[in-house]
Amino acid sequence: MEVSAKTEDRFCVVSVLHDRIDAAAALEFKDALRRAAAHAPPVVILDLHRVNFIDSSGLGAIVAAMKHLAPQRALVLAGLTPAVEKVFTLTRMDRVFGIFHTLDAALTAHRE
Amino acid sequence: MRLSAARSALCPFEITVHSGPQAAREALTLLLDALSCLSLGAEEVCVVRLVVAEMLNNIVEHAYPDPHPPGPIHIACHHAPDGLHLAVSDEGLPMPDLQVPLGLPKEIDRPVCDLPEGGFGWFLIRDLAKDLTYRRLAQENRIDLRLPVGLPPR
Repeated sequence: MEVSAKTEDRFCVVSVLHDRIDAAAALEFKDALRRAAAHAPPVVILDLHRVNFIDSSGLGAIVAAMKHLAPQRALVLAGLTPAVEKVFTLTRMDRVFGIFHTLDAALTAHRE
Repeated sequence: MRLSAARSALCPFEITVHSGPQAAREALTLLLDALSCLSLGAEEVCVVRLVVAEMLNNIVEHAYPDPHPPGPIHIACHHAPDGLHLAVSDEGLPMPDLQVPLGLPKEIDRPVCDLPEGGFGWFLIRDLAKDLTYRRLAQENRIDLRLPVGLPPR
């Protein structure tokens, strides 16, 4: 599972470069995100705009990542595609995460 | 009406994959390829992908758990006016108490450290699939369900 990380003063953007976070990829994703966010500032923005499918294992991995980063760092989500958004909405996990429609919106909000 | 006639032209078919980490991906590739003639919308494809992925991941994890030997997973599919009917079967361990998990919604109003990381699968299946039934037949688990996709235009 490839991710890219870019760090600014107050936040770090971790972009998932694969098109799905499913059961076969969930463990790798968790490891990759932990590595990428190891020394991250207080906010980690997870850029999901390339991801067009997650299943419950992928959702669980994202929740696990948020728990791993807490309480010092917050995980927020950006660029959810419709299929990914659907899983968050159905499970009501959209109420748990800060969610930005686009990466730009997340960047703007955290640069202010 | 021509559209609805074309839509029901999907011949019943069956696919088989071998249990393992890639089983859900393989099954979805085969299944979505076979369903391409239905020209399902993006939202409908999403429903099919989610339900089938969750069903197969459950089978891989619970019907054929390590160190039990892996085995086949069959999906029989036919299209009817009320949607896509799937029969998913395996030759693995039976469901606990011979019942499908209830898949109740998870409690999420709690501190981050107590949030659930699992247990969403059956909730998603039960939310998206209709008429779900489970049977244990001899050495086989069989789940029948209907996905309300590929419906004739109203």
